[in-house]
Amino acid sequence: MLVRKEVKPLRLIDEDGLRTDGRRVDELRNIKIDVGVLKNADGSCYLEIGRNKVMAAVYGPREVHPRHLALPDRAILRCRYHMVPFSVLERKSPNPTRREIELSKVIREALEPALFLEYFPRTTIDVYIEILQADGGTRTAGISAAAVALADAGIPMRDLVTAIAVGKADGHIILDLNDLEDKYGEADMPVAMMPNLGSITLLQADGEFTPEEFKEALNLAMKGIREVYAKQREALRRRYLKVREEVEGSV
Amino acid sequence: MVIYFSQRDVVIPGQLLAKGMYRLGDNVYRIGQSIYATTIGLAELRDNTVNVIPLKGCYVPHVGDLVIGLVVDVSLTSWTVDIASPYTALLQVNDAFSKPIDPLKENLRKYFDVGDYIVANVIAFDKTRDPLLSTKEPPCGKIEKGTVVEISPTKIPRLIGKRGSMISIIRKELSCQIMAGRNGRIWVYSKNPSYEEIAVKVIKKIEQEAHVAGLTDRVKEMIRRLRR
Repeated sequence: MLVRKEVKPLRLIDEDGLRTDGRRVDELRNIKIDVGVLKNADGSCYLEIGRNKVMAAVYGPREVHPRHLALPDRAILRCRYHMVPFSVLERKSPNPTRREIELSKVIREALEPALFLEYFPRTTIDVYIEILQADGGTRTAGISAAAVALADAGIPMRDLVTAIAVGKADGHIILDLNDLEDKYGEADMPVAMMPNLGSITLLQADGEFTPEEFKEALNLAMKGIREVYAKQREALRRRYLKVREEVEGSV
Repeated sequence: MVIYFSQRDVVIPGQLLAKGMYRLGDNVYRIGQSIYATTIGLAELRDNTVNVIPLKGCYVPHVGDLVIGLVVDVSLTSWTVDIASPYTALLQVNDAFSKPIDPLKENLRKYFDVGDYIVANVIAFDKTRDPLLSTKEPPCGKIEKGTVVEISPTKIPRLIGKRGSMISIIRKELSCQIMAGRNGRIWVYSKNPSYEEIAVKVIKKIEQEAHVAGLTDRVKEMIRRLRR
């Protein structure tokens, strides 16, 4: 990709109702999900949504080191959200920033309710999320990727976790904010859900919504989550159906 | 009483499988009337029980399991054994041999040393403590010859097949000895080294295609092709 200079747009939504990248207000960016991309991880997932590129790896359940962190009645979940230095226009120091540490915690708490941690006492499940290229909405992309990687690792889960951001730009409620809309829009609200159970595991909001706008935004988020969930499901099934097709094709 | 999958369909965690008074098999859970899958696997309905055969997952020890372990440490009175599981196992001297051994007089490395593969039984495990092994009963003991292959532990039932059908095909067609540990490690030995190699390839194929129907025939065909 060419390195472009960032310019503040005059407006985020033009007179045709289209956004800076040509999407309608309720449209997602293109999503691509690959499962099982890392050989040495127990489960892994590579996810692209628009210009975001995210890699998630899951290890475990495995022995906890250092030992004293282990819990006697359940597994612990450890999460690392990290942006690689070349993921943004200006080089980012590889050290975990305050923001990354907080996001790691928030993502862990978004994934934790989906897991049956009590099945594996005294062990740990480690989730590593690397942001290879960032363009707004990396925490939600990270959560969606991590959930797929956890399922790929064969870890028992109540449901997948799917996440997407909604927000407000030029007075419109919009779905799946990109970097510009995140920076110059009026509000940003990442939502993570277990789609089959209908329970929300992450809800953050930055900016202001009226109660009506909030409801509209949440409904839009749920619509987006259903679309992302369909992609996650398809990616997971494809991994095994591909083998089946190859075999049946060769007969 | 509704079923939302076709037999042996690939399902993912959180997928709704059935509604109604079905019994719960493995890898499923219930909220109210609804039954959901917990792992990626193949869904099955048999005798009113909804079941998911997992395609991925780690090995959790059970008492009575035969496993193949790798000795990682030797202490004064015990061996630490990696059994390809989140829990490392312990083999104590008095569980190792029927004859009494005095650890003060003898060096335990004489029997099992670091890097040795051993066949063992799980004799105790309750998740609050690490599993204990025993090598007293045959066929337990140190592996001296042959190859140890590692596959996903969830595929071991498929490798063995219905009443041992699949494993006996390999055993007969390739005239080799084969022992499958529940933890996903398999020992193969044949007097003819090229047959041993074929057996390893066949095991890898079974792991790859465990969820595709008609595997037995393909395995037979593969052995015939490779033996030539």
